Amino acid sequence: MIWIKLKRIVRSGFYSFWRNGFVSLSSILVMMVTLFVIGSTIFSGAILGSTLNQIKDKVDVNVYFVTTAPEEEILAIKESIEKLPEVAPPVVYISKEDVLADFKKRHENDEFTLQALDELGENPLGATLNIKAKDPSQYESIVKFLDNESTLSSDGTSIIDKVNYYQNKDAIDRLTNIINSANRLGVILTIFLIIISTLITFNTLRLVIYMSRDEIAVMRLVGASTNYIRGPFFVAGAIYGFISAIFTLILFYPITIWLGNTTENFFVGLNVFHYYTANFGQIFLVIVASGVAIGSVSSFLAVRKYLKV
Amino acid sequence: MIHFDKVSKIYPDSSIALEDISFSIEPKEFISIVGHSGAGKTTLLKMFLAEEKPSKGKIFFESNDISTLNRNQINDFRRKVGVVFQDFRLLPDRNVYENIAFAMEAAGRTDDEIEADVPHVLDLVDLKSKIWNFPHELSGGERQRVSIARAIVNQPDVVIADEPTGNLDPLNTYDIVQILKKINDLGTTVILTTHNKGVIDSLKKRVLTMENGKIIRDDREGKYII
Repeated sequence: MIWIKLKRIVRSGFYSFWRNGFVSLSSILVMMVTLFVIGSTIFSGAILGSTLNQIKDKVDVNVYFVTTAPEEEILAIKESIEKLPEVAPPVVYISKEDVLADFKKRHENDEFTLQALDELGENPLGATLNIKAKDPSQYESIVKFLDNESTLSSDGTSIIDKVNYYQNKDAIDRLTNIINSANRLGVILTIFLIIISTLITFNTLRLVIYMSRDEIAVMRLVGASTNYIRGPFFVAGAIYGFISAIFTLILFYPITIWLGNTTENFFVGLNVFHYYTANFGQIFLVIVASGVAIGSVSSFLAVRKYLKV
Repeated sequence: MIHFDKVSKIYPDSSIALEDISFSIEPKEFISIVGHSGAGKTTLLKMFLAEEKPSKGKIFFESNDISTLNRNQINDFRRKVGVVFQDFRLLPDRNVYENIAFAMEAAGRTDDEIEADVPHVLDLVDLKSKIWNFPHELSGGERQRVSIARAIVNQPDVVIADEPTGNLDPLNTYDIVQILKKINDLGTTVILTTHNKGVIDSLKKRVLTMENGKIIRDDREGKYII
């Protein structure tokens, strides 16, 4: 009995979908807008997230030592830093000579600087330790550790010239803030767009149901139960959602190829198209589930008005 | 079988549609309700179908008070009542077979029953040859016969025909009335509203005459007198 009813509900759901061809088409288009917005949120979230990670990855702390700092002491500090749980190994030690070579290489087209360096006669640059934290928020404690560690040389002066964390900190904080507020703005905008397009979908489906009001009235009068009347609209709404979702997913294909090629250099390292194909399963589920949910719930609510007879 | 007990219907703007109506309908009876437009015939039927609730009084079907039924009970009750309208109310995008099958599906009948009963009931209204036609391909009389077939296909206890001949010419009117009589002969209670004098006079059945929301006459073998 339930099986017969279910079969009939699904069948007449498909039926009402085909019969209202034009309205079905417009419902599908409207829902595609909604799903497109949802999909775009997923992509922009991924882009922003990966950009943030890339930037975080580029952040490090350099400890500059005075030129007279003995190498053993620097290596001792390096070892004790590496034991910190916050530090992502390896801590890179760059000796005075390497720093000088690096410096010369960077300024190989700059005659003045090289000349000045030559005239100086000795290496004015100190050795460097390059430290990366597992998480940007942990730099602070690493730097504090350096402050507390006994880094005094035998004659009582500190062998650490400076730690560049405090200069970087500002830039890092600002970037994190920008990305976070971009993310937040994106979420707010998306919620807003989802609400709008759900309302439009809801109204479009109401039109479909309005066209079927005679049918609903007749069904009421022959004693059809509420769920039996509602069922087909529910099914038709779910079909709208499903088809819109498929179209949206297809549409994302050329769009992400295009975006992937043009934005890969701009957003460090993330190709949107590769992201799309790599996470297709999840994106498919999210889009199809949202489509079916929006379609079926809107039509379920929209049919209520005509069920009162 | 059906009993109206001091039923009144007063609308919120305090216009009185029905006033203190009491009457009973026996099983297998054929009763006609006549009266001018606005006399309260349609309101009476609407309250019987639980589309509206009476302001005062009670309406009983068998031993149940219709106005106290819940949604599911109303659905069950409506499956025992077949309704025929003046404007047919067929679904334009479904053929004759589907229009009738639709009512059976809604009542939860099996596919086998539908396949067996639809041709049978179309035979009864003499429309078997048009089984695959769509409503717009039928004449008014034929459409009304489809509508009657739909009303009786679930073997209701009562058939309500609300001005079924209002849009029809005399010949088709005659046909429709003959079909309703046949249905009544087969054991179904028929409630007919009309303002066609010829129909009433030829029927020679019970006539309830209404005016301004009241019953003014109730004749066993009535004529159309207003």
